[in-house]
Amino acid sequence: MSAPLLDVRHLSRRFDVSKPWLNRVIERIPRVHVRAVDDVSFEIAKGETFALVGESGSGKSTIARLIVGLLKPSDGEIIFDGKSLARGLKGAEARRLRRRFQMIFQDPFASLNPRWRVTEIVAEPLKVFNTHKSDRERRKRVGELLSLVGLSPEDGAKFPHQFSGGQRQRVAIARALAANPEFIVCDEPTSALDVSVQAQILNLMKDLQAEFGLTYVFISHNLSVVRHMANRIGVLYLGRLVEVAPSHDLFARPQHPYTRMLLDAVPDVEMTGRRRKKVEGEIPSPLNPPSGCAFNPRCPFANERCRIEVPALKPWRGQPVACHGIEEGRIPDGPAQPIASVTAP
Amino acid sequence: MAEPVLSVKNLTVQFPTRRGVLTAVDDISFDIMAGEVLGVVGESGAGKSMTGAAVIGLIEPPGRISGGEIRLKGERIDNIAPDAMRAIRGRRIGMIFQDPLTSLNPLYRISQQIIETIRTHLHVGEAEARKRAIKLLDDVGIPDAARRIDDYPHQFSGGMRQRVVIALALCAEPDLVIADEPTTALDVSVQAQIIDVMKELCRERNAAIMLVTHDMGVIAETADRVAVMYAGRLAEIGPVRDVIKNAFHPYTQGLMGSIPSLTTDLDRLLQIPGSMPRLSAIPKGCPFNPRCPKVFDRCRIERPDADPVAPDRRVACWLYPEVTPA
Ligand SMILES: Nc1ncnc2c1ncn2[C@@H]1O[C@H](COP(=O)(O)OP(=O)(O)OP(=O)(O)O)[C@@H](O)[C@H]1O
Ligand SMILES: Nc1ncnc2c1ncn2[C@@H]1O[C@H](COP(=O)(O)OP(=O)(O)OP(=O)(O)O)[C@@H](O)[C@H]1O
Ligand code: SF4
Ligand SMILES: [Mg+2]
Ligand SMILES: [Mg+2]
Repeated sequence: MSAPLLDVRHLSRRFDVSKPWLNRVIERIPRVHVRAVDDVSFEIAKGETFALVGESGSGKSTIARLIVGLLKPSDGEIIFDGKSLARGLKGAEARRLRRRFQMIFQDPFASLNPRWRVTEIVAEPLKVFNTHKSDRERRKRVGELLSLVGLSPEDGAKFPHQFSGGQRQRVAIARALAANPEFIVCDEPTSALDVSVQAQILNLMKDLQAEFGLTYVFISHNLSVVRHMANRIGVLYLGRLVEVAPSHDLFARPQHPYTRMLLDAVPDVEMTGRRRKKVEGEIPSPLNPPSGCAFNPRCPFANERCRIEVPALKPWRGQPVACHGIEEGRIPDGPAQPIASVTAP
Repeated sequence: MAEPVLSVKNLTVQFPTRRGVLTAVDDISFDIMAGEVLGVVGESGAGKSMTGAAVIGLIEPPGRISGGEIRLKGERIDNIAPDAMRAIRGRRIGMIFQDPLTSLNPLYRISQQIIETIRTHLHVGEAEARKRAIKLLDDVGIPDAARRIDDYPHQFSGGMRQRVVIALALCAEPDLVIADEPTTALDVSVQAQIIDVMKELCRERNAAIMLVTHDMGVIAETADRVAVMYAGRLAEIGPVRDVIKNAFHPYTQGLMGSIPSLTTDLDRLLQIPGSMPRLSAIPKGCPFNPRCPKVFDRCRIERPDADPVAPDRRVACWLYPEVTPA
């Protein structure tokens, strides 16, 4: 394999959620940290779509914001095209590098300045990165970008509130594309949208990827969306990666007990007659995660070792899985997922 | 045939605005039988919540029911006094909303809230009410209910709170439960648990449930029949399996095709062009006609009603000739 475009190594991020100093002194309580992201490593090749899935609070957005530099890592490294982003990148070089990646957020409304016209919003990166110097050049480019995402150049004169949710997400995509990025981090880009609007945006994202060779990090809690979009998928549980696999394998042969549970929980919209297993237990509090494997209180295969020792991500049949049971060979291959055996009509 | 628990006939909900009257729910009819879950789907703004709000008499003015009737076990409830309606809400109609925190009072213990509701509606003593409350919490899957009943809402996780809300909605043993996006704010694993709880309780207690959601997956798992709404109108209604596997209305077909599959590899999703019209600009004829791949002349002029086209199936689309049930 050639060098990855993005190489995330042992990435961690803690948040201090302690009470104020005085309270801590009076109530004699220590500082409290949330390990939002804990020792996460993965690589993404050029042109690939790598997805991160996991339930609320598993650390998806934190990883996204670490990658695009909105947050600083507590530990670990992010290497983009051979250059470490976390350390000592300054001035022109940092700008050159930053220009090559962009981010799209879940809420297209919150991420667009409500007082700016769409033209100004989309033109902002052109100004910041100084790629299109005159007003006229910029306006022309904005028109092209709006057409590219299925809006019309005349829409540039409107304000964000004059658009529907799906159209606003198109504006956000146009802005993300303005700087000609190679790499786009998409954090739940369609979660706020209706399925029919979601279909339009997902199709658009795939078209743009094919046309410009874009690389995506695609974050979602929706497994069928992730399956549709991604080449490879990383599954997060309480800030740690528990399994990374090519999309098809993950759905055909999920290994980690959490991945199996997650797939089991997806409602069967196709009414294949697949019987759901009962989902056990609640997601534990990230403030007070279980010792050992964080999934152990909900895991049907947990034993003593699982309650003590944190499992590391180790290759199992070629794909990384963090599970003592899998490593020890005491977890049977899941019943071949019935959902994987159904063939296309 | 048994009498439906809920019967909605030609329900119309309108909002007078400065620029004219908007019709949010437009001439909708459906029934729900005891022990049955009717799913209501459709995209944002289709009128799902408004239909539910009309049934429980909670449409906020200036909105109002401007036509049709709503019957609960045969009795009209759309034109009764607010006091009478308040007595029905909570007692005969239970409600579950998306955000459990809006239904729970953060200042009171769970026990206080459930016991009070039970005692308001059923004539039982404190001790009996407490016994029932614990049983109910146990039924909805709160572990160690006898101890946790005295906790405050904030001591519960989101999924547990939603279970408490379900318990609260059921504690007066209502005939009908209106659940508006009860699982939308929850993670899939929690959502799966809540779906199971609701299904079991409905079967056990023979309650009728109107389940509003935009999630077809939830409908597929939970509902017996499904109503698909578009721009305030009923596009299609029928048994859930038939509608999902063999959608008639072009809008339902588009909706089903736009959901990414867990089993089939597709390069592109089916895409319905355009977006749902605003209430102030509903096109003439079939409201779906500007986006419909099968549109023909009649669709642009005449408005189709949801008429029977097959056993237990009604569709509002000119492609399907009406059949009069024998
Ligand atoms: N700025 C912050 N301060 C304190 N804690 C934070 C902060 N940002 C995130 N966290 C915590 O870090 C954990 C991971 O949060 P994150 O937003 O990354 O999760 P997520 O997977 O994106 O969840 P969701 O699906 O709900 O968006 C959570 O426990 C969250 O409460
Ligand atoms: N106070 C109001 N005045 C005018 N129109 C309103 C008012 N409240 C709601 N509407 C309109 O009524 C229509 C139906 O809204 P409703 O809340 O029933 O949609 P919904 O199908 O539940 O959508 P969602 O999936 O977003 O919850 C919408 O077009 C909405 O804009
Ligand atoms: S009535 Fe016409 S426009 Fe409406 S859904 Fe049917 S074919 Fe399409
Ligand atoms: Mg997030
Ligand atoms: Mg609603």
